[in-house]
Amino acid sequence: MFHLEPRPQTSKLWIAITPLLAVVATMIAGGILFAFLGKDPFVSIRLIFWDPLFGDFAFYYRPQLLVKGAPLILIAIGLSLGFRAGIWNIGAEGQYIIGAICGAAVGLAFYPMESWLIFPLMILAGALGGTLWAMIPAILKVRYGTNEILVSLMLVYVAEKLLASMSLGLLKNPEGHGFPGSRNLRDYASAFNDELFAGTGMHWGVAAAFIAVILAYVLLNRHMLGFQIRLTGQAPRAARFAGVNPPRLILFCLGTSGMLAGLAGMFEVSGPSGQISIDFNTGYGFTAIIVAFLGRLHPVGILLAGLLLALTYIGGEIAQGQLNLPAAAIQLFQGMLLFFLLAVDLLSNFRIRLNQRKESI
Amino acid sequence: MTILLKLEGLTKAYPGVIANDDVSFEVKAGEIHALLGENGAGKSTLVKMIYGLVRPDKGKMTFNGEVFQPAEPRAARASGVAMVFQHFSLFDALSVAENISLGMENPPSRRELSARIREVSNDYKLPLDPNRIIGDLSVGERQRVEIIRCLLQNPKLLIMDEPTSVLTPQEVDVLFETLRKLASEGTSILYISHKLEEIRSLCDQATILRLGKVIDSCVPSEQTARKLAEMMVGQALITPTRKDQKTGDVVLKVSNLTVPSSNPFGTTLKNIALAVRSGEVLGIGGVAGNGQDELLLALSGETRVAQDEISVDGKPVGNLGPNERRKLGLLTAPEERLGHSAAPDMSLVENTMLTAAVRENLARNGFLRWNAAKDFAETIVKKFDVRTPSVNNAAKSLSGGNLQKFVIGREVLQNPRVLVINQPTWGVDASAAADIRQALMFLAEEGAAVVVVSQDLDELLEVSDQLAILNEGRLTSPVATASLNMDDIGLMMGGGAQTEMEAQHVSS
Repeated sequence: MFHLEPRPQTSKLWIAITPLLAVVATMIAGGILFAFLGKDPFVSIRLIFWDPLFGDFAFYYRPQLLVKGAPLILIAIGLSLGFRAGIWNIGAEGQYIIGAICGAAVGLAFYPMESWLIFPLMILAGALGGTLWAMIPAILKVRYGTNEILVSLMLVYVAEKLLASMSLGLLKNPEGHGFPGSRNLRDYASAFNDELFAGTGMHWGVAAAFIAVILAYVLLNRHMLGFQIRLTGQAPRAARFAGVNPPRLILFCLGTSGMLAGLAGMFEVSGPSGQISIDFNTGYGFTAIIVAFLGRLHPVGILLAGLLLALTYIGGEIAQGQLNLPAAAIQLFQGMLLFFLLAVDLLSNFRIRLNQRKESI
Repeated sequence: MTILLKLEGLTKAYPGVIANDDVSFEVKAGEIHALLGENGAGKSTLVKMIYGLVRPDKGKMTFNGEVFQPAEPRAARASGVAMVFQHFSLFDALSVAENISLGMENPPSRRELSARIREVSNDYKLPLDPNRIIGDLSVGERQRVEIIRCLLQNPKLLIMDEPTSVLTPQEVDVLFETLRKLASEGTSILYISHKLEEIRSLCDQATILRLGKVIDSCVPSEQTARKLAEMMVGQALITPTRKDQKTGDVVLKVSNLTVPSSNPFGTTLKNIALAVRSGEVLGIGGVAGNGQDELLLALSGETRVAQDEISVDGKPVGNLGPNERRKLGLLTAPEERLGHSAAPDMSLVENTMLTAAVRENLARNGFLRWNAAKDFAETIVKKFDVRTPSVNNAAKSLSGGNLQKFVIGREVLQNPRVLVINQPTWGVDASAAADIRQALMFLAEEGAAVVVVSQDLDELLEVSDQLAILNEGRLTSPVATASLNMDDIGLMMGGGAQTEMEAQHVSS
């Protein structure tokens, strides 16, 4: 039989290989699942992983990859900073909503004035909104020692109620014939987050996501603050000894992740979504938690994981449409991905050995 | 005498290292057998094989005339092997009897167990009240709990891993009496230590391990301690020496330091006062758990205190954090290497950033200069003879002694004004310990003020000019070391106001 033997050092090679291994394992197990559902496993896997990128309609799906991936990446980058330090912001969805509301509100306040200043102001408002919303759990934690997991999560529901109230009240489109939802920012040039290059899906949010990846990489590897974040997560006592100020770190990590989530919400509402509505949020803030871990809390890993998850969303929709696969099967498929990733994770810290026969008599 | 345990050709390899290579020796019934060797010599792996925690790759064990292959500690215990570990596995919040009952296969009723604990503890002169809470016990008493837990199994072989590292001299005497009584009743004892004088006075036979191999065996009482040490290390030992010290002005001054404990089982520091001059080594002795950790935290800046309770070169620093104090030259090295003075999963290069960023200029405008850090790490590795394949290896992959040399080297090479070290040679082998002590003395010669907190009295007598004892959060007034002998110190450690009077008496 096998036994597991701890490696003296975490293997860098296996850390890089295991995500790929997890994807392959997911394809195999997913294929078996689809076969049981009576679908051709090869066709299903091709539809999910191949068609969005290289299929006949790839010209439509490829931009979608960036549109769906960007908010996931942007939010996950912020979350990963805190997660590395053991600070758990579970409420990115709420910060995303508040960022969107603040950004849209600033834009709509200027309607119908046209000025190039409006969009930058909206960006600032979105960032500020997300930051402030995340500061609530941060300050409560620093001041009163509350649990940031619970507080940030609860504030998601508060944010959702606020969103509903905004779409029905303050931000409701006066010319919307009584339907809930704000004016569509697509029709307001100064506030619209248009594609930077037509047909690529590349909007300002995508640019922001790439910038965030680079800045996070520099922060974590080259800057004292990033070093302190990693140190706090790995060895809290050593961090205190090294002079880390835990409250400052909590404020920074929660504030930054709130800011990035707020930005993601703002870019979404001013671009792909276009308007504040009751069902504006679609769970990016929660999915980003998976993206952060799938990417091993590493900026480049998160970039790839965000794109991969976006791919399974888009591919999943194609498979649903063309093969009549149930939506639950696609969700199961995504769940398997995380499951396998966590399972093969073991290999980076342990090696599998075959048990030797006892040689002593 | 009959042979109780016989090992033949035991071999155990781990990836990259052979922990035990063809180890053979035998332990007779009723013998106190010392297992002697440096850190990393393979002592722990060997006893773990005997105790069933690790399976040998090759070789044969015979226990009491039968083939012995314990698959797990439970099997070893059933055969009559018991072990007292260096680190205790006791729950602070439970009572003695509850703790002991947790480790038993079929615990008897609490009343019956308490009676047996009392009986055994009286028989072996290890007084222990079964109803006391572990958190309230001294370290010596906690060790008694572990020993009694073993004795309740009526073991034929008792393995003890570094049992005296936490005891006062008086407690060591009591322990030795117990061990001798056990041996006279026919129990064999396998005694791991690198305290050579102890082994010479206690053990009947010694097996010496070096790099996983049996190097030699001898009757310890027939050898000098120096000879034993050289057998263990495989080379001639240098005794740390220092020139006549020239002491200068007071560098570190602590007055009226009072710090409430942060946890219910911690110690409150009460009115601590001390002054260390440039060129002077102050030793702080005392049994663990009397406020050493709290004192270190207060000095390092992890616990902040009132501004003027601590000063460096006349500047008050009590309210400053660790890095601001480092800037002024106050450096510290806590006891716990993995997780406190070093981050286990980070490389040695990254670990230099922990404390050396300020003084070694490893960061500019917050941006880290990894090349400078790497150079500094390599300097430490070279000057302090840290054995590691590369400075990019994780701290946890180093042996305890090597990591300690790295940690001490990191602080010493930053040219501190004051260096405060807790347990500089805890769990470190003889030659590394000698190197570390020598480095501390050099540092003092160069004009730094050094504070060494330790439970090893030999060490304190060797390195320090002045000695004070920490007892229940109070510090005795320092006494010149030259005028002290072991018995005086033992009494000082015993505690109480009387001790302080005696200390003053000795000093006058």
